[in-house]
Amino acid sequence: MSGLSFTFRSETLTALGSGALFWPTQSLLCVSDLHLGRTERIARTGGQIIPPYENTDTLARLEAHIAALAPRTVICLGDSFDDMDARQSLTNTETEWITRLQAGRHWIWIEGNHDPAPLDLGGAHKAEHRVDALVFRHIAEPDASGEISGHYHPKITVSGRGRGITRPALVFDDNRLILPAFGTYTGGMSLGRSPLNGLFDRPSVILTGDKPRLVQSHAMARRERIPASSSKG
Amino acid sequence: MTHLPPGISDWFARKGWAPHPHQLDMLAQKDLPAQLLIAPTGGGKTLAGFLPTLAELSAPHQGLHTLYISPLKALAADIKRNLQNPIDDIGLPIRVDDRSGDTSNTRKKRQRADPPHILLTTPESLALLLSYEDAPHIFKGLQRVIVDEIHALAESKRGDQLFLALSRLQALCPDLRRVGLSATVDDPPAIATLLAKHPDPCPILMADPGPRPDIRMLDTDTAPPWAGGGATYAIEAVLEQVRRHKTTLIFHNTRAQAEIFFHNLWLANTDGLPIGIHHGSLAREQRERVEQAMVAGDLRAIVCTGSLDLGIDWGDVELVIQIGAPKNVKRLIQRIGRANHRYNAPSKALLVPANRFEVVECIAALDAARENDLDGDPRGPGPLDVLCQHILIRACSGPFLADDLYQEVSTCGAYPGLTREDFDRCLDFCATGGYALRAYDRWNRLVERDGAWHLRDPRSAQRIRMNVGTIQDSDLLKVRLRGRGGRPLGEVEEAFAAGLNQGDTFLIGGQIVAYEGLREMTVEVSRNAAKKPKIAVFGGTKFATSTKLSHRILRMFQQETWPDLPTHTAAWLHLQREVSQLPQPDRLLVETFPYEGNHHLCAYGFAGKNAQQTLGLLLTKRMEETGLYPLGFVSTDYATLIWGLDPVTDPAALFDPNSLKDGLEGWLADNAVMKRTFRASATIAGLIERNLPQNRKTGRQATFSSDILYDTLQKYDPGHLMLDITHREAMKGLVDFNRIEEMLTRINGRIDHMQLDRLSPLSAPMFLEIGKVPIRGSADEALLDRHEDMALTDAGLT
Repeated sequence: MSGLSFTFRSETLTALGSGALFWPTQSLLCVSDLHLGRTERIARTGGQIIPPYENTDTLARLEAHIAALAPRTVICLGDSFDDMDARQSLTNTETEWITRLQAGRHWIWIEGNHDPAPLDLGGAHKAEHRVDALVFRHIAEPDASGEISGHYHPKITVSGRGRGITRPALVFDDNRLILPAFGTYTGGMSLGRSPLNGLFDRPSVILTGDKPRLVQSHAMARRERIPASSSKG
Repeated sequence: MTHLPPGISDWFARKGWAPHPHQLDMLAQKDLPAQLLIAPTGGGKTLAGFLPTLAELSAPHQGLHTLYISPLKALAADIKRNLQNPIDDIGLPIRVDDRSGDTSNTRKKRQRADPPHILLTTPESLALLLSYEDAPHIFKGLQRVIVDEIHALAESKRGDQLFLALSRLQALCPDLRRVGLSATVDDPPAIATLLAKHPDPCPILMADPGPRPDIRMLDTDTAPPWAGGGATYAIEAVLEQVRRHKTTLIFHNTRAQAEIFFHNLWLANTDGLPIGIHHGSLAREQRERVEQAMVAGDLRAIVCTGSLDLGIDWGDVELVIQIGAPKNVKRLIQRIGRANHRYNAPSKALLVPANRFEVVECIAALDAARENDLDGDPRGPGPLDVLCQHILIRACSGPFLADDLYQEVSTCGAYPGLTREDFDRCLDFCATGGYALRAYDRWNRLVERDGAWHLRDPRSAQRIRMNVGTIQDSDLLKVRLRGRGGRPLGEVEEAFAAGLNQGDTFLIGGQIVAYEGLREMTVEVSRNAAKKPKIAVFGGTKFATSTKLSHRILRMFQQETWPDLPTHTAAWLHLQREVSQLPQPDRLLVETFPYEGNHHLCAYGFAGKNAQQTLGLLLTKRMEETGLYPLGFVSTDYATLIWGLDPVTDPAALFDPNSLKDGLEGWLADNAVMKRTFRASATIAGLIERNLPQNRKTGRQATFSSDILYDTLQKYDPGHLMLDITHREAMKGLVDFNRIEEMLTRINGRIDHMQLDRLSPLSAPMFLEIGKVPIRGSADEALLDRHEDMALTDAGLT
């Protein structure tokens, strides 16, 4: 899994193609919005029975990161479970799997709006967590600085040569950084939509994918000058 | 007249009419369990269907007597008007009512409590009615079911759903008699088999086909262009025809083309002739206004699409004009039947090819129509996704035994060959999701108690009912004028709306509007005075040319000269022969050329749309493997056009039969067509719900794409029923690999590669095809790498 290094509040961070964030000097891996137990909750509340493989897939991808990076600290940035009852839907195998991932490292569950209370799983449960000048919480707060959050599942569309490419994206400006969802069955919210668009001042955007990449903001300015339909006048 | 009750024969006499022989035959055979009538448009089909009902209802009857089903809501409303006249004139004690998605809830409730004698409805509304627990009450006493325009339903999953519904109805009303009314088709026995309860026989009544229609190509002073679908060149000539005839129907193959043509017609309509537009994307209010004006005789012409294809009686249509090649001879003949909607008067029709390729197609279609050489493809076994939906609907109406339901569905439509194993898999899918590695246990959708299957949670019936139907309208967004209570104008495809930027203009309902923004799930627009809109590419059916027509065209290409063709088109073919060559039956022509910054390859396989589509997928996959960065492709019945970042220099290597065959094996798992097929089937089968109760709408974050579900199933549950269904549906509909092999055998390695420096005359029309398939592969990364002209398109970012 390749990564892209960038600077946020003077810290060098790595955006991973999966939407996870790695902080090398702290050996800290951060993933947001796992939404484990989502299919179970959907079946319970609405009767729709979609393929129940999101826990397996999400945990397998998280395990691959942990194996590759051997982080000292793992932060799950809230909405790790789709609701409080979704915890009960984990099979023993899955619970043991999480325990195995936690072994030998500092593990922090940040509470999210879907999972607002402590769970009977190892690791610390916190509303927010501070490391040096950075603060990790689930939902971005107004006037925050050095804040890393999730919740909105930002995605972005890039277009050219007659096609649009839509992908989850990591978005940041001078004050805050928002991670895309790491969970397998998670949709996204376009960066242009409210309230997401109001949270940033001239943001930088990193697209997820096999090779994460920074989308230059000058491209946005250029679009203002050349509307797509101008060729026919 | 022995069979007609006196009241009805008096009515005929008062009108100065005599019943057609086939109408009396229908009456004479009315006690048969199933009968199929084949009659040309205007042959009094509908009355033939209803005469036995009117006769039987001359005596008092309690409850519903006849259920009439048509593919179009508008048709049901129209029939209601037409039935009411004789009923009132004769003074019959008959109540008629119609029911569709547009019917008010109060009226729907009343119909359930106290059903009319005759109910006119659609397959979807019938399926919904059957999902209610009081279905036995609603249908009590039902004697006859009339399926109108059965030829149109028989071609689609709407028909499969209908025939499943008939099997349920028959279980509720064992003496039910079935009647099918069909336009002229190539294979009447196939339709009769679908209609009858298996293995009942179904006699076929053939009405007199009437006089031969008068069809020709419209002569114009200006030659049609090389490419383009608008037929703008013919506007003046078409207007002249409208002036000369009382009422003209102007048919188009797509909604977008109808909009553009209508717009141009208005610009040229200096006499201010009253002309309307009618197509399926327009708001209901708009459509109804046009329909009423038409019935009242206030319109001289209607620009329309397939939404007017079926037998609605619009009064005195004198002329039918078909803009664009008719694509299918059967449909052409049905459309032409709309002119002179009177029996025994020849219909008059003009074909207007939009470009020079279509001139060739039109000539081929005229030849075929003259020879009455109709085209059609046999349908395969009953699709399992529709069966899954039927099982869920059955569960909504109350507990059922698996054995009973299996017996019931095995008697209907395309399902007599259904194996118990497939049925059980569908039932298991509906109940548990059918997942191999993990079960929901407590949250199954259906549970078995005392041998009978129930909904676990009765409240889920509401959600199942909200998602009844098999029509895949992709994703349509409503369009309305901005402002409080803005007028609804119609619908556009979500993909079209997603490509709009603020201020972009497009045509809808004949007016130019500017995109203002997306609010909730509605496209907000303002009126705009622009002269030239950004072209509306929203939906509408894309018809495929039948294979019979394709072969006629290929044969026509082999002529030295083309005396039958207009000189401009003959000159165009000569030019193609000069700058490149014309496709030959035993060779494969492949052209490569640069165009608009991308490199293109055009392969003229003449293998039919589906096979050309598969060919596109296989070729782009090979290009992907060899680092040629394909971006996408589009297919017609004749050719596949591929574009990419880099040129193809050795097409012969791409067409190697063995590697194409190897490619098919690995290919099926991962491509856009399979994902599209999966999305459609998963929606029909109830895995994906399109409509959610209002209070559960939780915004964008809650939705995830069907592609993710598809990928997950591929990865963790490759044997799952939905993947199996997707595979079957794709092989049946979209893959058609046999015809690729046939083509490869035919050409036997003889590939003519023409390297051109610009597009060829023959390839030009391909660029206007809709249904382009994007390749989401390495080209995305390559494009982002070379992202000179990429731009963030999210609005409101700066």
